Amino acid sequence: MSENKIHTENMFLYYSEKMALNNISITIPEKKVTAFIGPSGCGKSTFLRSLNRMNDLIDGVRIDGKVMIDGVNIYDKNIDVVNLRKKVGMVFQKSNPFAKSIYENVAYGPKINGVNDKSHLDEIVETALKNAAIWEEVKDRLGDSALGLSGGQQQRLCIARTLAVNPEIVLMDEPASALDPLSTAKIEELIVQLKEKYTIVIVTHNMQQAARISDNTAFFYLGELIEHDKTKKIFTNPEKKQTEDYITGRFG
Amino acid sequence: MTKKEKTGKKKKLSGLEKWQSERIDITQKRFRVGDYLAEKVIKGVAYLSIAIVFLIFVFVFRESLPIFNTSKPATETAVVGKQDSQETYGAVTDNTSTTQESYGSVADSSSKTNVQETYGEVTDQTASQEQNILAGDSASSKNSSSDTYTVSAGSGSDDNRTALKSMATKEWVPVSANPRYGLLALILGTIKITFISLLFAAPLSILAAIYVSVFANKRMKEIIKPTIELLAGFPSVVIGFFALMVLATFLQSVFHYETRLNSFVGGIAMGIAAIPIIFTITEDALTAVPKSFYEASLALGASKWQTAFFVILPAATPGIFAAILLGIGRVFGETMIALMATGNAAQMDLNPFASVRTLAATIGAEMAEVVFGDTHYNVLFLIGSLLFIFTFVINAVAEFYVKGKLMKRIQGK
Repeated sequence: MSENKIHTENMFLYYSEKMALNNISITIPEKKVTAFIGPSGCGKSTFLRSLNRMNDLIDGVRIDGKVMIDGVNIYDKNIDVVNLRKKVGMVFQKSNPFAKSIYENVAYGPKINGVNDKSHLDEIVETALKNAAIWEEVKDRLGDSALGLSGGQQQRLCIARTLAVNPEIVLMDEPASALDPLSTAKIEELIVQLKEKYTIVIVTHNMQQAARISDNTAFFYLGELIEHDKTKKIFTNPEKKQTEDYITGRFG
Repeated sequence: MTKKEKTGKKKKLSGLEKWQSERIDITQKRFRVGDYLAEKVIKGVAYLSIAIVFLIFVFVFRESLPIFNTSKPATETAVVGKQDSQETYGAVTDNTSTTQESYGSVADSSSKTNVQETYGEVTDQTASQEQNILAGDSASSKNSSSDTYTVSAGSGSDDNRTALKSMATKEWVPVSANPRYGLLALILGTIKITFISLLFAAPLSILAAIYVSVFANKRMKEIIKPTIELLAGFPSVVIGFFALMVLATFLQSVFHYETRLNSFVGGIAMGIAAIPIIFTITEDALTAVPKSFYEASLALGASKWQTAFFVILPAATPGIFAAILLGIGRVFGETMIALMATGNAAQMDLNPFASVRTLAATIGAEMAEVVFGDTHYNVLFLIGSLLFIFTFVINAVAEFYVKGKLMKRIQGK
């Protein structure tokens, strides 16, 4: 594995009293795609959301242990959460463009970070839309409402919106689960392209998807990290019995 | 299930078996009486409510119609019943006039008239306007309980034509040898006070709503929201009383203006009445914005207040406009606070510290003292129609402009 971008050590997460993550220690390399797989409710989304502290929004969440990004514990008292979320962008399961125009959706991130120059903004928006492989489809109607786009386009717009802030890590929470196969293929293609510039962590229910696009795969089960290794190894020669059962569909 | 259990629950099972063995028939269309009736009743009630609003407007407008009849000279006669001492409605305004400023026309009207209590009989009389005084005498003599006499109505010397003409002026002197019904000062006063109260109430309540829906934690929210909503249940007479006795004195000592009761005091008091309405609806609109917007914005590295002002507020614009319009409606029609706290002097003056008289307060103050069927009476109903029409126009503007153009501009096409 190359340089470590994200690294957790003995991390526990509780919703009030209930333990949701149990002793997670994982190292995620830079500029690779890492996929989290596992059955529903196993804690993979919770873990993903704890990487940019989105869990702070939920009442009663408590985290023990270390979550290091670039060697800094992000649950340290002095951490600026706003800047952390700039550094660690997130794409959600359900596409959630703002009720604004396409242009405004992408320009929102740079704008709130103090980019006011119109030509500079135009440039950022165009680059982000191109990187998200949606520029050709929307370049003639940037002023239209983003809510008028199709589901797949909306999701790519959300990716463009995240990229426009220039993050280092992009977290994706089942980004293609609500999309048709064609849109899914486009998103997958996009993810593979994006790993040249960004570290990508993706949660998915679709194991073929994980096998197709990821470099590393982590298998979660009941709040525990069961196995984490190269995707090829996980899918061909897993070390743990549980992983094998899940991947081969003999789970239960 | 064992055989033993099966026999034990035989009755229940047979029902289940019957249910399972029933075949569903889709070939015959069934007439469902309950559904049909419920639908019709709901439909009827909905139409009825629309019809009632419409009928109220028609009634109010009809009462003001004679004013447009300029062909006949008005030689109306009317009966004025002498008042019991308890029923002198002018007393309230008399009391308030002990304060520094002069009330102009209010003092006039309260000194002049008494309440006509026998509307029914008078209708007969005004219907036959050409009747002479004798007929009026005979009609009123039936009313033996009060000492009655006939007078020519306050505007007897006046003509509807001059009354109509005088409406475009700024002098509201309905009770005089030469009555003038200038509505401009009243309209300006109403708009001025609405503006002032919105300027006071809208930012306060919208900011409070943002705080409660975005920033406050659960416990604060549970305290603040019901407390502000409690204010909505306050009778406006209490707010008016508070404004009259406390707020007016306090504000005067702060701003050192001349007139104690003025549009500023009235506007603030009406703002207090409008705050809970604007707050509640704005808060609902803000809370209804999908949580995913909030999350998406935070995930892009926006701070909480950037999210609140640049994402949640724009997304809730239609609801906030509805809230402000309801606030306008409340202030526009507010009578009691206007009567008590605005000074009730009809004057054209853009100075916020000058007394004003609103349309609603004019009806409230004078309707009880006006002679039935008189020009003054008709004008008061015309004011009522105006209030109706203004409200319709505001709502129409909201519907077509806000929902159409403004939303497109904010949210893209």
